[in-house]
Amino acid sequence: MINGLIMNETSEPNYLTETRGLSSWIFTLDHKRIGIMYLCIILFFFLVGGVFGLLVRLELLKPNNWLMSNQTYNEMFTLHGVIMIFLFVIPVIPSALGNFFIPLLIGARDVAFPRLNLFSVWLFGAGVLVVIASFSHPIDTGWTFYTPYSARTAAAVTILVGGIFLMGMSTILTALNFIVTIHRLRAPGMTWHRLPLFIWSMYATSIINVIATPVVGMTFMLLMAERLFGIGFFDPAKGGDPLLFQHFFWFYSHPAVYVMILPAMGIISEIIPVFSRKPIFGYRAIAYSSMAIAFSGFLVWGHHMFVAGMSNAADIFFSFFTFSVAVPTGIKVFNWIATMYKGSIHLDTPMIYALTFIFSFVIGGLTGPFLGALATDVPLHDTYFVVAHFHYTMMGGTVMGLFAGLHYWYPKMTGRMLNEKVAKLAWALIFVGFFVTFFNMFILGFRGMPRRWATYPPRFQTQHIISTVGSWILAAGIVIMFYNFIRCLKKGEKAPPNPWGAKTLEWQVPSPPPTGNFTEIPVITDWPYSYPKRDE
Amino acid sequence: MSSAPTAFGAASHVASEVDNVFIFILVITAFFFVATQGTLIYFVIRYRHRKGRPDVATSSVITNRILEGIWIGVPSIAVAAIFFYGYTVWEDIRTVPKGAEEINVTARQWLYQFQYPDGRKSINEVRVPVGQAVEFNLTSADVLHGFYLPAFRIKQDAVPGRYTYVWLRASDPGSYDIFCTQYCGVGHSQMRAKLIVMPPARYRQWYRQETAKAEKVLPLADKGKAVVQRLGCLACHSTDGTVKVGPTWKNLYESRVLLENGKTVIADDNYIRTKILNPAATTVKGFPKVMPTFKGIIKDDEITAVIAYIKTLK
Repeated sequence: MINGLIMNETSEPNYLTETRGLSSWIFTLDHKRIGIMYLCIILFFFLVGGVFGLLVRLELLKPNNWLMSNQTYNEMFTLHGVIMIFLFVIPVIPSALGNFFIPLLIGARDVAFPRLNLFSVWLFGAGVLVVIASFSHPIDTGWTFYTPYSARTAAAVTILVGGIFLMGMSTILTALNFIVTIHRLRAPGMTWHRLPLFIWSMYATSIINVIATPVVGMTFMLLMAERLFGIGFFDPAKGGDPLLFQHFFWFYSHPAVYVMILPAMGIISEIIPVFSRKPIFGYRAIAYSSMAIAFSGFLVWGHHMFVAGMSNAADIFFSFFTFSVAVPTGIKVFNWIATMYKGSIHLDTPMIYALTFIFSFVIGGLTGPFLGALATDVPLHDTYFVVAHFHYTMMGGTVMGLFAGLHYWYPKMTGRMLNEKVAKLAWALIFVGFFVTFFNMFILGFRGMPRRWATYPPRFQTQHIISTVGSWILAAGIVIMFYNFIRCLKKGEKAPPNPWGAKTLEWQVPSPPPTGNFTEIPVITDWPYSYPKRDE
Repeated sequence: MSSAPTAFGAASHVASEVDNVFIFILVITAFFFVATQGTLIYFVIRYRHRKGRPDVATSSVITNRILEGIWIGVPSIAVAAIFFYGYTVWEDIRTVPKGAEEINVTARQWLYQFQYPDGRKSINEVRVPVGQAVEFNLTSADVLHGFYLPAFRIKQDAVPGRYTYVWLRASDPGSYDIFCTQYCGVGHSQMRAKLIVMPPARYRQWYRQETAKAEKVLPLADKGKAVVQRLGCLACHSTDGTVKVGPTWKNLYESRVLLENGKTVIADDNYIRTKILNPAATTVKGFPKVMPTFKGIIKDDEITAVIAYIKTLK
């Protein structure tokens, strides 16, 4: 499929070894190094956010403040949410894996604007520092910052949202960079319908980021103005409206859930054909459904507000459009499964995570209709049912997709193979821990347990114990997975250029790739899923 | 009083209807789950690569219009059905039956205050009779709160500066939980109240006794009448249908009002509240734009009382 590709000897310098020293990283213009810097920062905060999550679960082992006060608990669950959403789930796949792999997958030497890319990672780092500064008065509003509470609390809301504002700017610039890169820097012959599906999903994600992120930026500016100058945008006593904040917030934050899930869907669309040795089924349907999800994701934000005091007409409108998102999501799942039909399926760790993604994301997806339907949302809203639902989509979906991607691309990024046995042990613990922790919460929510409660009636305790024990199994799995990541940097077997037998361009260059990616830009004559077929 | 099951037992007809929607969605989604995941697991087992076999797929099919048509069509119909069923039952949740008794609820950090039509107030405990439709008019004195009755499958946020509502008709006597589901600060999880459902005869007896004990408190509508007289509202508004400087209040409540800008609005609780606090926001067609604001003059509970008084002017 590729003409003019020359394999480099692995002894030649790669992007990791060509230059050395801290400043060679801080001032690098190489998209791969920038991706790795994002990855290290973001995975660190994944572990930090995870510790807060474990503390939340630990407190809920008993019904009555056995470990911490209400106030401390409120800070813990808020920090868990804020860190996981803004410092981990939103940026991880686009900023880290996207930066590293978009140019490689489309046959480019770098992104369109390498200096802007470096500026983006600096902005992100600055945002992270500001967010850390806000821990002096830990925030206690929940990650949703609903007014009037967020306008009144003594916590450092202004500083925190200022930090997120900076990260938002970084997100917008990165998205812009990706859009231009995908339009302008595709290798000769790589038409839109020869793009790897990961690129399609990153394209859809970038469009959402460019359109929606400015809205949350403005919302946070208004909240800061309200706190600093007492302007009553959201304060009914001054003629403002608290629901206005919710509309603004969810106008961003609902599309943002597609920013979280679409890139993971892109990874799955790459992994399933590689490990089935078979062309992807329904390429155009998967590609266009990403765009459809990106579009219809803007029409459904009100389903977060069915019991908030919106007009009845708005409730009906938003419920109706919410269901329109279900169909393109379903199409992707059907296509992935159809891809495996009569394939030659290899159960390496990336594939196992990809299958886990499909399994648990489908549970997350299928519990959506309970919350999208008006009658059942009324009792389930703001209960553990919602907590379970979004952990199935975010943890069961995005995070499993991320883990699939990390195991899939680790040899390319580091030049080393992971230890399969350790990886599979970690997977088993993560899978079991995840289900024990979160499946239970659907039932807990149906029984009426509200979310964000530090204390609870004793009749819910048995289920809380189950979830807390599950969180320990999950944590053990994640620790083992990270141990494997770190250990194999040095001890892993040397990775060949293409250990999985994949057809996409990143596997046609050495592992790790040289700084300029390609000795010669390849000419593309086919799509990246042309696996051969044998007759039975 | 026996404690009714508050977790699984539906405590009203509407609650059972909601449970039926839940079961309906559960059946549909379980079907899709088993169909997709069953196929997935079957494919993994059936088409797993085995050592010694050629590592090549035995199919290269990449599209199938009939199959793709089915998996776009069938889920579309399924979600349309779920939307529609959810919508129809929700209409019952949102439609307050005629003749519902009204109880005002003010949520504040971190308690619920209830006010009965006779003007009595109670904290974190409210009593209603079996079989009687009761509407809770909600507002908040500070931040957002979520008024949630798990056994009745109903929930509504209480929002400062505006009114929202829920209603219920309890099937059985008992004591039921009221929780707060909208995060409201330190005491969020301790913001719990009780709904006590009593047999009608015992309820009426209890209500009379309580009214008698608390006779110094004016019924809410009477308090509203006193507020109206004190603030001089009746200089411009009549209560008997006469047109003065402003529109009459007779039959005003829940009527359609034509505005100067050509729009019509329903004169509900939120409309009246806004007229009192921010009269310049809307002007009724045919009337001068002269009403002064009463912001800072009238208290929140007095607005509620005025609305209660206007409701009686039929």
